[in-house]
Amino acid sequence: MLRVDREIIDAIVAHARRDHPDEACGVVAGPAGFDLPKRHIPMANAERSSTFYRFDSMEQLRVWREMEERDEEPVVIYHSHTATEAYPSRTDVGLAAEPGAHYLLVSTRDPEVAEIRSFRIAGEVITEEPVQVIDATVDGMAVQSYKFGHTPTMVDYECRA
Amino acid sequence: MSVDVRIPTILRSYTGGTKAVDASGDTLSDLFTDLDSRYPGLRDRLVTEQGKLHRFVNVYVNDEDVRFLGALDAKLSEGDTVTILPAVAGGAAS
Repeated sequence: MLRVDREIIDAIVAHARRDHPDEACGVVAGPAGFDLPKRHIPMANAERSSTFYRFDSMEQLRVWREMEERDEEPVVIYHSHTATEAYPSRTDVGLAAEPGAHYLLVSTRDPEVAEIRSFRIAGEVITEEPVQVIDATVDGMAVQSYKFGHTPTMVDYECRA
Repeated sequence: MSVDVRIPTILRSYTGGTKAVDASGDTLSDLFTDLDSRYPGLRDRLVTEQGKLHRFVNVYVNDEDVRFLGALDAKLSEGDTVTILPAVAGGAAS
């Protein structure tokens, strides 16, 4: 499961909308070993393409070094598909090189509704996972009384499958 | 030339989990050969059968991308740090 703040999801979707029709890409860093995405880092798409993305190599070096210094890791690696579904392509799977990351796909093919789905990609295997969006503006303690389904603080986006 | 090599997460299975190793070579190509002699199979993840740097692997000597330094012919100096990072790339195109 990917647990992520509402603020960060909103920022990722806004980034994808801004760069549309080019694919947008970026990282959400978090403290190493905690699986907590905390620091949103939108990256430039060096390909500036509507069907391909690549982090600029020098920007990637800077960001990866910065994460190392801060004892962080890339918790989420995201990119957008601008005319197709939010599902990893063969290219996405072939090039996925951070086995510990959540691969978040956003589709901006519909101008009104962004599709957001998350996946683990290890070896050549894709495993979809639910996305749990946490809304910090509501009292977090209210969650304690709810176990399933929609709550004032959490909305679960279940997998299609 | 003795250099410090930073190994990305996905290649640490070759180095027994170690993220920084020492290696030597006058050029990047020599360095990869030296690394491969101690961590077999590592060179094939970095260099194609045609003897070129893999398109989706970024290698840096200190703060520079080796693609601007002659790629596999990049010259190394004593005390350099070589950093290997798999490119982060993909997209809808297949």
